[in-house]
Amino acid sequence: MKFGVIVFPGSNCDADTCFAIQHVVGKEVVTLWHQKTDLQNVDLVILPGGFSYGDYLRSGAIAKFSPIMESVQKHAASGGLVLGICNGFQILQEVGLLPGILLRNSSLKFLCQPVYVRTEQLNTPFTSNMDKGQLLKIPIAHNDGRFFLPPSKLKQIEKKGQVVFRYVNRDGKELSESNPNGSLNNIAGVVNVRRNVLGMMPHPERASEAFLGSADGLKLFESIVKFFNKRKR
Amino acid sequence: MIKVQIVVKLKQEVLDPQGQAIHRSLHKLGHVEVTKVRQGRYFELEINDQDGSAVTRLSEKIAESVLSNPIIEDFEIRQIS
Repeated sequence: MKFGVIVFPGSNCDADTCFAIQHVVGKEVVTLWHQKTDLQNVDLVILPGGFSYGDYLRSGAIAKFSPIMESVQKHAASGGLVLGICNGFQILQEVGLLPGILLRNSSLKFLCQPVYVRTEQLNTPFTSNMDKGQLLKIPIAHNDGRFFLPPSKLKQIEKKGQVVFRYVNRDGKELSESNPNGSLNNIAGVVNVRRNVLGMMPHPERASEAFLGSADGLKLFESIVKFFNKRKR
Repeated sequence: MIKVQIVVKLKQEVLDPQGQAIHRSLHKLGHVEVTKVRQGRYFELEINDQDGSAVTRLSEKIAESVLSNPIIEDFEIRQIS
């Protein structure tokens, strides 16, 4: 299995993500420059965290016009896996692959801290190796993470089981105190209807080894690898 | 050449913590008669075309696809010269 990590001008989690995949997960990974259109036959495309184009206009609003994004859309349309982390999540929303938008944190503070998220859906390639209600301790690092959708559309994605991760406290309870940024329904991550594209605000690559404070992010990468091995057979 | 002003505004139902923070600051400065602040974005485009209706169409397209996000924002366009 081969991973690809896109590098936009202003991406800053691309190296960490590659390190986690290559040295911790132990899989092949290549970087993909945003001006190119060739995805080099990767099985999973990752849009990493950072501040593509300095977050000018809106987070992800300019990166969505990068040449590689057309290839990413084709890859997703043919069932290929796509994972957007933080700024990558914002780009996937801007390009229309994922629902909603991520607005300025309600506290107006940049948040860089570990949070707990609860896994709400196991029937996705990204969570298939987890337990029901699995708690993950993973750091967030963002200014714009407040998930928003108009009420009727929010109801729709909840009904279709597209909410994959929710901010909770360490006991797995969904409280307003455990919501760091004011996201509607404590939403931290969503998938598309087809369930092959995931966007999440927490950074799994920053929680890939115990000495970083948590290795819970690995569960996500292990799920992806397991899903892929199963599909190949 | 036609100059166009585009104002992008948050829809009413979208929480605007930045506008609220500005509102609180204005109160601290003594401007207590200000009852609400909403923050938006302002753009000026110079478009190399003499045809007013073509410029309007182009401005709408740009405002819709690039300058605003329809989930949270509305826009207003005005030709100024």
